[in-house]
Amino acid sequence: MALIEIKNLKANIYGNEILHGLNLTINPGEIHAIMGPNGSGKSTLASVLAGKEEFEVTEGTVTFEGHDLLDMSPEDRARAGVFLAFQYPVEIPGVSNANFLKTAINEIRKYRKQDPLDAMDFLQMMKERAKLVEIDSTFLSRSVNVGFSGGEKKKNEIFQMAMLEPKFAVLDETDSGLDIDAMKVVANGVNKLKTDDNAFLIITHYQRLLDYIIPDYVHVLSEGRIIKSGGKELAYELEERGYDWVKAEAIA
Amino acid sequence: MSQDVKDDDQLLLENLAKSEYKYGFFSDIEQEFAPKGLSEEIVRFISMKKKEPEFMLKWRLKAYHHWLTMKEPKWQKVNFPKIDYQDAYYYAAPVDKPGPKNLNEVDPDILSIYEKLGIPLNEQKKLQGIAVDAVLDSVSVATTFKDKLNEAGIIFCPISEAVHSHPELVEKYLGSVVPHTDNYFAALNSAVFSDGSFVYIPKGVRCPMELSTYFRINASNTGQFERTLIIAEEGSYVSYLEGCTAPMRDENQLHAAVVELIAHKNAEIKYSTVQNWYPGDKEGKGGIYNFVTKRGICEGANSKISWTQVETGSSITWKYPSCILKGDNSIGEFYSVAMTNNYQQADTGTKMIHIGKNTKSRIVSKGISAGFSENSYRGLVKITKNASKARNFSQCDSLLLGDKCGAHTFPYLEIQNQSATVEHEATTSKISEDIIFYLNQRGISTEDAVALIVNGYAKEVLNQLPMEFAVEAQKLLAISLEGSVG
Repeated sequence: MALIEIKNLKANIYGNEILHGLNLTINPGEIHAIMGPNGSGKSTLASVLAGKEEFEVTEGTVTFEGHDLLDMSPEDRARAGVFLAFQYPVEIPGVSNANFLKTAINEIRKYRKQDPLDAMDFLQMMKERAKLVEIDSTFLSRSVNVGFSGGEKKKNEIFQMAMLEPKFAVLDETDSGLDIDAMKVVANGVNKLKTDDNAFLIITHYQRLLDYIIPDYVHVLSEGRIIKSGGKELAYELEERGYDWVKAEAIA
Repeated sequence: MSQDVKDDDQLLLENLAKSEYKYGFFSDIEQEFAPKGLSEEIVRFISMKKKEPEFMLKWRLKAYHHWLTMKEPKWQKVNFPKIDYQDAYYYAAPVDKPGPKNLNEVDPDILSIYEKLGIPLNEQKKLQGIAVDAVLDSVSVATTFKDKLNEAGIIFCPISEAVHSHPELVEKYLGSVVPHTDNYFAALNSAVFSDGSFVYIPKGVRCPMELSTYFRINASNTGQFERTLIIAEEGSYVSYLEGCTAPMRDENQLHAAVVELIAHKNAEIKYSTVQNWYPGDKEGKGGIYNFVTKRGICEGANSKISWTQVETGSSITWKYPSCILKGDNSIGEFYSVAMTNNYQQADTGTKMIHIGKNTKSRIVSKGISAGFSENSYRGLVKITKNASKARNFSQCDSLLLGDKCGAHTFPYLEIQNQSATVEHEATTSKISEDIIFYLNQRGISTEDAVALIVNGYAKEVLNQLPMEFAVEAQKLLAISLEGSVG
């Protein structure tokens, strides 16, 4: 069974339709990349999947593990295993990373009818996963993203992903604004977390992240539709030739 | 065998309950009663009933006569209907309605709050004024505490008791920080105060425990005109905790307490309050008027007074815990979280009066407004002319939930010494939809997200509370916000 199946998805914000009938199917164990020019609807897709209220879905379906994802609240989507690594992670003053994550993990565990993690196990897990994304464990007691550099914020997204163990993770331009070292850390995190049971959707502008995270499929999003799909070599082609030829091809 | 033990215990309990009845409230009903209204006779009656020494009666009467000349203040940013002072009971008012007989008769909403706060059953009953058969636990705990305090030479007792056991201390200090002339409600309190706590920490003694657990057990029925006096002698330290996170049943609408703190040379007093009186219903009906005068004096050099308050209850909260920094190098602190929801109103803040040299004060005020509530910070920093090199730092933040509530900041500065340094920072923010969505996306519901955000916002103040209380206060903030978002 597909992990997530998006069919003819149409969505608008404040009356402007951004997604004009998008289709995409992702199976467990797969990494998909979505590339496309600015304004093509990449971030809208991420927001709609996560359930951001401002976006209105007018047509189509999204099925996640057989359930109607669009019918679920944002928190229930998260609890069911959908994770979004935000393009612009927010700062939350006074709330420590540890406290925030403990709340999140235990909400998710409750949803899955598991007992809450006790403090010791949680701490242990946190230290382990912090190493995975090469972050200093002192940052765990700091307020969420407050005073973090752009790179640290993105690493923190990957760290949260490592902690929450989602089944389906969307990375919304996680690579933008990252230097090469930070990008390697992010990619490394994804590669280590990948299993046969989970899947990733990597939204990016540039091919360079895909040097480190090798996608199974690459899709080109343009004007709210996927206009071309291919293997990882498509990313190189796009890097070299831009998007115009794909658009021209699609029209023809 | 165990059955026998149980039976013995049962007998003991019954005996205790019976004896309490006989010597306790049975006889009270007839005697301890004063008619409605306030007059010189009532003041005399109160003093007589308490068998007070002559100086107390004189003191009360002076306050009463002064009160007659005063007018209710009008400058505060709160609205309430006119209070008829002749339509209230001033001494051991018999409750209008009989109290509930068991928890089944108590408002389920209140019970669910107890549940969330994790309050034990016996304590729930006590809070609701239900007779508990015998609270053996708390009696023994209280006794243990009392022994420990006695050993250290600490006096901790109801102020009505202190009037008899330590009249010289009461006469010397009562009204020395908040004189009856100070304000309308302080005058009223001085004339008719019912009871409250008295604490005396001798020279060089560090109070070995938070004066809280004991207090909480014995907190019931301190009445609507509470009077607290805390004296810390040279080099001593005490941390005092007032109030309770759990809403207590109360028939009195007006609460006008007075708290006085005296810190001598090198002494430190930490005074923490969690106030959760009945705030009224969602439409703003009912609720307590909490009009309190709290002030401490740093009498000696290097002394320190620190106020921490978490105010979530009462329909109107109106109070300014203040510090008079008289001793050189003395320090005053005020940490406050005031949360208002529905139709609650709060006008709260502090006064820092710098008199001594090198005195320092720090003000951290966090207002949280939701619903249709109004929340004001009002603070005075006064640097008198001899207070050279005095320093103050004030931070006043307001957080708004929704767009029907109000947040206001009224900082007053009076600086008569040019060597002073005064800093003031203020921010107003709204709870951000983006943060809520971010937390939602991590599996956290909107209600829990708001609680996390609010607790994060108030953290600097909550950190000042003793550990156990900080945890309760966090839960309390979350509960007080329920239904204000979404």
